[in-house]
Amino acid sequence: MNATLVASPIVQFDNVRKHYQMGLVVVEALRGVTFGIEAGDYISVMGPSGCGKSTLLNLLGCLDRPTSGRYLLGGEDVSQMPDDALSAVRGSRLGFVFQSYNLIQQLTVAENIEIPLYYQGRPEEESREIACTLATRVGLEDRIEHKPFELSGGQQQRVAIARALVNDPLMILADEPTGNLDSASGAEILALFDQLNAQGKTLIMVTHDPNVAQHSHRTIRLRDGEIESDVRQ
Amino acid sequence: MKFVFISVIREAMAGRLKRTVRLGIKSLWLHRLRSLLTVLGIVFGVCSVIAMLAIGEGASFEAQEQIKNLGSQNIILRSAKPPEEQKVGDRGSQSYISQYGITYTDVKAIRATVPGVTIVLPARVLREYVRNISRYVDCDVVGTVPWYPELRNHQVATGRFFTDTDMDGRASVCVLGAEMVPILFPLESPLGKHVRVGGNYYQVIGVMEPRAPTAKTDDSADSAAKGANHRMFIPLETAKMRYGEIIMRRRPGSFAAERVQLHEVTVKVDKLEDVMSVADAIKQLLEHKHKKKDYEIVVPLELLKRAERTKQIFNVVLGSIAAISLLVGGIGIMNIMLASVTERTREIGIRRALGARRHDIVLQFLIETVLLAGAGGIIGVFLGVAIPFIVTWTAGMKTIITLWSPLLAFTISALVGVVFGIYPALRAAQMDPVEALRHE
Repeated sequence: MNATLVASPIVQFDNVRKHYQMGLVVVEALRGVTFGIEAGDYISVMGPSGCGKSTLLNLLGCLDRPTSGRYLLGGEDVSQMPDDALSAVRGSRLGFVFQSYNLIQQLTVAENIEIPLYYQGRPEEESREIACTLATRVGLEDRIEHKPFELSGGQQQRVAIARALVNDPLMILADEPTGNLDSASGAEILALFDQLNAQGKTLIMVTHDPNVAQHSHRTIRLRDGEIESDVRQ
Repeated sequence: MKFVFISVIREAMAGRLKRTVRLGIKSLWLHRLRSLLTVLGIVFGVCSVIAMLAIGEGASFEAQEQIKNLGSQNIILRSAKPPEEQKVGDRGSQSYISQYGITYTDVKAIRATVPGVTIVLPARVLREYVRNISRYVDCDVVGTVPWYPELRNHQVATGRFFTDTDMDGRASVCVLGAEMVPILFPLESPLGKHVRVGGNYYQVIGVMEPRAPTAKTDDSADSAAKGANHRMFIPLETAKMRYGEIIMRRRPGSFAAERVQLHEVTVKVDKLEDVMSVADAIKQLLEHKHKKKDYEIVVPLELLKRAERTKQIFNVVLGSIAAISLLVGGIGIMNIMLASVTERTREIGIRRALGARRHDIVLQFLIETVLLAGAGGIIGVFLGVAIPFIVTWTAGMKTIITLWSPLLAFTISALVGVVFGIYPALRAAQMDPVEALRHE
């Protein structure tokens, strides 16, 4: 391998396991997953439902802690961090894009984009400036004062992407970002993702649509909580 | 609790508290009707506390004023028809003279044996019509001594009170009560004019200051007069000479005569702290001298103390009502906030995913509850201040809004917001972000 590519990965999963207690039964959602992600990569995670995609994404997004194993994010072990520290990591180093956009309905586009900065305690004027720049970047400069319900699905997802970018994260985690969109809007979103990746953003996208997965450079397939294949195309 | 407090300070220093408050207002404004209905309990709680306190304060102020008018250093003795004689009088169409009441010897005995008593003010009270040609008014004619105004703290408004000279000369002079003047002399000044009582004429030499209409404290049950403003004062010696000691009462179908020497005696005690002991001494003295209970003793100071005690009880009752209504209001708020937390689970999940720590969520919901309760408190204060005015305007009752009652009511309502807001806020913060994001 080329030495420049071995530069320390932004994500390192070492034999990560996640168990859930469902009543009396222990469900093994992830059974020892090991992989790494380098900066600037564009990865799609695929697999049938129940294979542990969502669990993997929750762990990557620091929304949950692994039962065992080690998760290094940007060289920092986040696998057993306390709750507040995890919040801080999510707020400053990660960006989320959800299938159902997850915008807060009573806030305007600009205010939605600002949320991560708000919890970092960034000043209001500076936050608004960054939010406006990002709204322009995703093509919503004339919708800044609109409420989410006044926008189309594609536009809402673009707001969500702007929000994911606002804290200049290490990587963006997208959970079925085109799942609720028609093909035209979906294509726009994927084009935006391609563009972001071209600008050096690291993207991790969960999908079950092979056409969507084609946009990525690397596809990780999961089955029964284990990595079935990890292919770079 | 402590970490909430710390985070409030931290938020304030980061200048974020203002934004959190604005966010809270926005969320509440989004559900205006619900917010309004939620705080209704607090609104009515606060409003009723202030209104009731104001009305109670007004009523007790009036009562205390009336009692103070009697003079807190005074002890008032009144002749009262003993109950058994009253029965005879009511039944009897036969002519018969009942003899009762406080006598001149009682007064002498009090002066001689009870220490610490300076002035004693005897008075005879007769129920008569006072006439000016065709005009007349039903009033109490009070035969008394020249130092009455000073002792009873009731001054002459125009003209003068009668003097020792009038007293010694048994002059036919009188001083009218304030409300009698417009009835008897609607167009002219009464000073120097004459009024007729029975067959006697009296020259008007003065008019008393008007007094707040008094309740039964100033009216003996016997005379049932309209109070201090319907009293005409004449020198005691004149009254003695003109009317003697026997009062005839003619009623339709009956005729009764009473022999009463003094209707009212006011005893002034030198030192305020001696009032109660002097009152006891007089009570013992009179009990010894009178076999029948044909007198009554009114101690304004005692009444004042009793009024204060009543007010304290009233305040305790009011406080309990207030506490209960604010508790109910608080539970109402908590109920709605719990529902709101459940409804906004997804928002909480989103915020957590985007970097909100648990205490950020606690603070957000706590601020909403406090804003809600505080707003309810403010509305309640306005209503509570308005209601006494309406009561005064419509019912003519005196009301006093003390400064501390709105402040207290508002502070408590805000506190209710904190207390009842903590649990829903903690519930919101305890949510697992993954679960919350999955919530539909």
